[in-house]
Order: sequence, then C-alpha cells, then structure tokens
Amino acid sequence: MKSELIKLTDKGLYCKKGDFYIDPWLPVKKALLTHAHADHTYRGNQNYLVPEEGKLLSRIRLGDEAKIETSKYGETQFIDGVKISFHPAGHVLGSAQLRVEYKDEIWVVSGDYKLTPDATCAPFEFVKCHNFITEATFGLPIYRWTPTEIIFEEINQWWRRNQERGKVSVIFAYSLGKAQRVMNGIDRRIGRIFTHGAVERLTDAYRESGVDLPETKYVGAVENKKDFSGSLIVAPPSAAGSMWLKRFGAHSTGFASGWMVVRGARRRKAVDRGFVLSDHADWEELQTAIRATNAETVFVTHGFIPELVRWLNENGMNAKPLKAQYVGEEGEIEEPERELYS
Amino acid sequence: MKLFTELYTELDQTNKTNEKVEVLRFYFERATAENAAWALYFLSGRKPRQIVPSKKLREWALALTDIPEWLFDESRDTVGDGAETIALLLPNNSEIDETPLHELIEKRLLPLRGASEEIQREEVINSWNQMNYAQRLIYNKLISGSFRVGVSQQLVTRALSEISELPKDIIAQRLMGAWEPTAGFYEQLVSTELGADETPIARPFPFHLAHQIDFPLGDLGDVGEWQAEWKWDGIRAQVIKRAGQVFIWSRGEDLVTERFPEIAAAAQNLPDGTVLDGEILPWLDDSVLPFNELQRRIGRKTIGAKLLAEVPVILQCYDLLEFESTDIRFFEFKERRRLLSEVLDKLNADTQKIFQITESVEAGSWAELAVKRETSRTLKVEGFMLKRLASPYRVGRHRGDWWKWKIDPYTIDAVLLYAQKGTGKRSVLFTDYTFAVWSGGELVPFAKAYSGLTDKEIRRVDKFIRENTKETFGPVRSVTPRLVFELAFEAIQKSKRHKSGVAVRFPRILRWREDKSIKDADSLETIHALIESQGTAD
Repeated sequence: MKSELIKLTDKGLYCKKGDFYIDPWLPVKKALLTHAHADHTYRGNQNYLVPEEGKLLSRIRLGDEAKIETSKYGETQFIDGVKISFHPAGHVLGSAQLRVEYKDEIWVVSGDYKLTPDATCAPFEFVKCHNFITEATFGLPIYRWTPTEIIFEEINQWWRRNQERGKVSVIFAYSLGKAQRVMNGIDRRIGRIFTHGAVERLTDAYRESGVDLPETKYVGAVENKKDFSGSLIVAPPSAAGSMWLKRFGAHSTGFASGWMVVRGARRRKAVDRGFVLSDHADWEELQTAIRATNAETVFVTHGFIPELVRWLNENGMNAKPLKAQYVGEEGEIEEPERELYS
Repeated sequence: MKLFTELYTELDQTNKTNEKVEVLRFYFERATAENAAWALYFLSGRKPRQIVPSKKLREWALALTDIPEWLFDESRDTVGDGAETIALLLPNNSEIDETPLHELIEKRLLPLRGASEEIQREEVINSWNQMNYAQRLIYNKLISGSFRVGVSQQLVTRALSEISELPKDIIAQRLMGAWEPTAGFYEQLVSTELGADETPIARPFPFHLAHQIDFPLGDLGDVGEWQAEWKWDGIRAQVIKRAGQVFIWSRGEDLVTERFPEIAAAAQNLPDGTVLDGEILPWLDDSVLPFNELQRRIGRKTIGAKLLAEVPVILQCYDLLEFESTDIRFFEFKERRRLLSEVLDKLNADTQKIFQITESVEAGSWAELAVKRETSRTLKVEGFMLKRLASPYRVGRHRGDWWKWKIDPYTIDAVLLYAQKGTGKRSVLFTDYTFAVWSGGELVPFAKAYSGLTDKEIRRVDKFIRENTKETFGPVRSVTPRLVFELAFEAIQKSKRHKSGVAVRFPRILRWREDKSIKDADSLETIHALIESQGTAD
C-alpha cells in the first residue's frame, strides 16, 4: 500500500483527501453508499451519494428528509480532486463497487458482491485497482453455489408438491434483493404470490425501477384466508417461527440463503427446506473477483476474515484484515433484527 | 443407492412425523427386499463399524482439492461434521451412482475392512468419482462408522406396519434381537403369515402416563381418595406372561426382554395371563442405585455376568392390567392394586425379590404428605405419584386421575468458563457450556449444560463468547468469567472421575442470572453440603 487514501475509522471507511465516508455506521458530513442493505445504509448523515440505479431503495431506507445525490454506473465525479465512480457489484438492484482514484492510485471498495448471474440487477463489473476491499461472508471452500436454474427448479418442485398436499408454501428470503430474485426466478404460472409487509414496499420499488416481477399481493390486504390456498408467501427470515404464520394454516417453510449449504444451519433455522441461493460471492467467485482486480493489496472487511486473508497470503497475494462493522444481510444466519422494521 | 439416497435426503429435510412415515412407506413400497433389508438395518440404528478412519478420508480428499489442512479444519468447525465437510469440498460431480445399496455395502464397502491402504484409497476415490454430493455424504458416513438416520424406531415400525398390514407389535417383535440384513429376513419381516409365537400374546397395553401437578393440592379433593406412591427414576415397563411366554416392553414400545434376563426368568413364575405395570430399577442390598448404573445396562445387547452382579435389576410393581387372562384396566385402581398384591403374595420368595409391590405412603392430610415428600432425596426417589383410588387405567398421557408431584430440582448459580460450538443444528454457534463454582478463591469447572436458553439468549451468549475469548484449545474456548447462570439438576453424587469431585445428573440451564456478578456464584462447599443432606455415599 503506497498511502492511506482510504482507511478504517471508528465511523467507517474514510477518504481523507476527499473528506467522505463509505458506508459509515456513525453520522458524518458526506456518505457514499455502495448499496441499500441495512448494515451499509444508516440514517443521519448530512449528504449522501448513491448509485442512480438504486436510488428508490435508498430513499425507502433513508427516509424522505435525507439529502441524496446520485451517480450512474461508470459516471465519474470529482470530490476535492479525488476521482470517484460507481460500478455494478451484482449483489442486489443498484448495488455498486466504488472506485476511488487519486494521483495514480486506485482503490475499489466492493461492498457486497456476487458473480452469479441475477436478472434483477446489473452484472458484476471487473475493475482493476491497486487496493481492493472485499467481503468474505462465504469465505470458506465449503460454500460453493449450485447453478441458479437448478435451485429454482427445486423451489418450483417444492411449491407444486405443497400444492398437491394442500399446503401453503412460505419462503423466507431477505426483504431487499433475495425476495425479488426469488419472485423473478420462480415459475409464476404455478400459483399466486403474496408478500409480507417488509417485502411488499421494496418489491414495488423494484418494479418501479423496471425489474420484471410477477403480480403480488400484500398478505395484510387479504380478507379471506382461503385466498392463500396453494399460494407462495414471500417473507423475511425474521418471520420464521412467528405467530404471523398462523394465518396460513397448513404450510411448508423454505429458506433461500447461502447458509443452507450446511445441513446443521438448515436444521437450526428449523425450516422444512433449505434452498442454496445467495446474493454473495461463493469461495470460487471471491478468488475470481479478487484475482481479476490485479490488486497489490487486498483488504478483507467482513465474514470469514482470517481464513480468506491467510488463504490469499499463502497463494501469493498480499492480504490484510480490515474489520468493519458490516455483517452482510446474510452475515449471520439470523438476519439483523432491524430488517423487520424496514 | 439412488432410492436410498432420496430416502435419506427427504428424512433429513423434514421434522414432521407424518411426512417421515410417508417417506418411509414410499421407500419400502419400491425397494427390493435385499436393499430394504440394509436400509432397515441402518434405520434401526445399526451400522457397520468404522471401515476407514476419517483421518484417512480427509487425507485422500485433500489430495483431490487444493485445500490445505488448516482450511479443511476451519471448514469442519463450521460444518460440525467431518463426513459432510468432505462431501462439500470434493470437486463437483453431478453423476449418480446407480449401484444397488446392498451391492455397494456388500461388494464395495465391507470388503475394504482390513484391506491395504492402497486398495482402500483407490476404491474410495473411485466411489467418490461416481457419486454426487448427497451420495458422497452417505458414503462418507457409512465408511467412517458415523452413519445415523434421524428417525425413531417407532416410525419405522409404523411405516412397515402400514405397508405390510401387520400390527405394529408384530413388526417390533420380529425386529428384536440379532438379525442379518438379508432379503430373506426382510421378506419374513413383512410376511403376513404369523408364526406360532406371533399371536397377540406378546402385545402390551398402551401405558397410562401422568402430568406434573400444576395447581394447589387441595384442588384434588380429599386426600383419602388418593394413593401416594414414591416416584422412581428407572425404566417404565410392562411385564407380560401369557401362554408360557414372557415379554418385557419398555414405555417406548421397545421389546426389551433380553436386556433384563433376571426379570424375564422370574416372570416365568407368574401365572399365565398376567400383565404387570412397573418400573425397572437397578437395585442392590435393598436400595436403589443411581440411574446412570442402569444406563450401563441399557446400551448393551448382551449383559455379561459381571454387569449382572454389579447392577442387578428389579421391578417396582405399580399396577396389574391383566388378571387371569382378563383385561382389568376398567377396574378401580384400588381393586387392581388389591389383586396385584394377591398375585405377588403367591410367588416364591426369590421371585418376590424381583417383583416388589410399590409402597403406598399413608397420610391423613395433604400437609402431612408434603412433609413426607421432603424425605424424597434421602430415599433416592423423585417425589410422589398421586393416583385416584377409583380411577381406571387409561390410555396415554391424561389429566385428572394420575399426577406426578416431583420435588424441585437442585439449583446452583455457576459461572460460564468454557464454551464450544454445538453439533448438528447448533454447529455455527457456541452452545455447549462448561460452568464453574468457587473453591478456595478459584473457579472450578463442575458441570456441562446445553439446553434451557432461548434462541435469542443463545445468540447473545454466543456474541459474548466471541468477544471475550481468552484462549482457544482446539474447539474449546475459555472466556472471561463474567456471566452467571442458574443451573438445575436432578441428583448429585461424589465422583472420583471428576476434577471437582462431584457428578450431577441431567444438568440444564434454568435461567441466565444477569442480575448476579461472579462473586455471587455458589461454591463447591455448598454442593458438598447438598450431597451430605441427601445422605448419599459414593
């Protein structure tokens, strides 16, 4: 590392030259956000700069009062002489990597990302840099994603089989990103789809942003419980095991998450079915993305930090831990509780 | 093994009893007898001993990947299972091994035992290359001796009973004892042709079970309408003598005749057409032994002479369900009890030592009974059973006529000292805790406990452990002593095997005492005082 263009402070990642923070968790003057998940998007900052493609989601998270400016993918701006631009991260709608350049030194803050194709957001862009800041939510080789088509076939089959058995299908998926990816990818001809309140509003923002989604109805707006018969309910993981599920009568539960690779994780979550569907890079994708940057130094901010750092160093790269307070919306098997209130 | 893989995967994916039975039926309706026999062998908890040590499997798997040993170990700690970790790490393969289960076991697995390492390695890698993830998982577990299917014997019995249209107790009876997983065995198992010993004579009655009393005793009415009996901690059982044959059934509807030969032999002296309900207890010199002594006998198929002498058993007789070949469950309890003592009185002296009628504790009032209950610990019982004298013998767990009135468990405030990740569904969180109490200004570990916290509390404790780890010893972490928990347990004994000098039975976390600091925790002296007060020697 030639200089400390970006460093970790107690408020978040900070660029001193441009006097801005990236995904800060304590209030600052100027915050650049990589995406709208709760652990990267905190309220109370004076000014925000977010990717244009995710502005509707940021608005929901930050509230009507927030001063939000936007920048399109690939568009360059200068902040006190520091050149910055957003590039697609493939994580969720409007998620970005932030490229920061000053005096021939380039940093990329990747935020959360994945390389697996996802029809609900722009694909990950490989950006060369000197210093790459990466996540490691699934930074162990046991995390290896099954092709998405196969996972959706599993979900479709499960939904059909539940229908035959007279059961409602309840799938738990993070309300921003995963929920919409599920709805986009499943076979919408099978039956009707209802959403939990936490999912519905964000789904509307997805539609407004031009993502192709099936017709859905908010569970709370349903008067006759018979309407749920044979349907798919999309709810945040926090609804698992709650009284809210009572209204559906006989039902089967599924959880769409990368953690479902491990049998113990599924049993702990006490769901009937686990579907391995993640919005984060798996082990191989992490390697691919990191190598493609040609970075001299790799910083690992969250997830399996020591494991990925050691692996990279043993494989000819220069990696360091940089422990930020991000957890990834899948950071723990239990999602952050605030998701419920978003 | 395709059908068997589906069976395993589906059983693994549901917690619902009915679905498990449905999945089992689906399998047994389609499997050939020779495959079904092996499946049944595994489903009933039998498994081949380790054929290849997991260390070797790990070594060969690592050679097929670019993963270093330390990264495998980190992965294993997260997964919580070595066989599963290997299955997850091996290079992808979507092919399915079509070899029938029996052929895989008999031709490819069992012959590997004792083979040279080179041959073992070649065959294991060859098998991995033909299998997908789900099959590798099963294969790895089978070969390393850790295969286990999450299904109870009762569900398997029920599924087989449904497809064969045989009564459950016949299936249970046919599954008893030693058998070989052959096609012939399976065909016989589901054959509707009944053997001479398969008449309903073996069939037990459903047990009448009780709830813990959760209201004032006075609500039960007059104490004179009730019988109080000591509540023993053993194995609830029915002993059947019909047509010259003896059957002992445990409450789990397992036929356990062979496990308790002394009771089986004594039961030969019962008149034909007799069914006793009682508790099997380890009993030496007119006194009950701790439950863990009985556990030494439960785990074994055959009981050696040494164990028979060290841990003899008796039956504390509670009730008589069949008398002179007549079902008398509808008789009033006091009448059944009178007939019970009549039957037992006629037995010879040696048999009477095995079949003891349980004591009825007399009391003129509930208050007097409450005083007597205080002596439970000295008598090494769990409190009282209260039975309405006019009650019939009912089916299943029932409120109203029978009540458990157990003594409160011992409680101790202890400090969290070590933590370890759980296994299975808890494998990502620190859920296995070791607790300590004070002794001469030091914290001495004395009990391990797992259950009793809510998921939310578990997550908070997990966070505390991660942030306050002092040292790591393999999977175990020592943590800064700060959290205090109230532990409950059923019994305490002195123990030479434990560092603290005490052993506790069934410890569990009662609650997290966030209001207490570690200096408020109890001491080893307090525990020793509890032992003295119950009058237990070691």
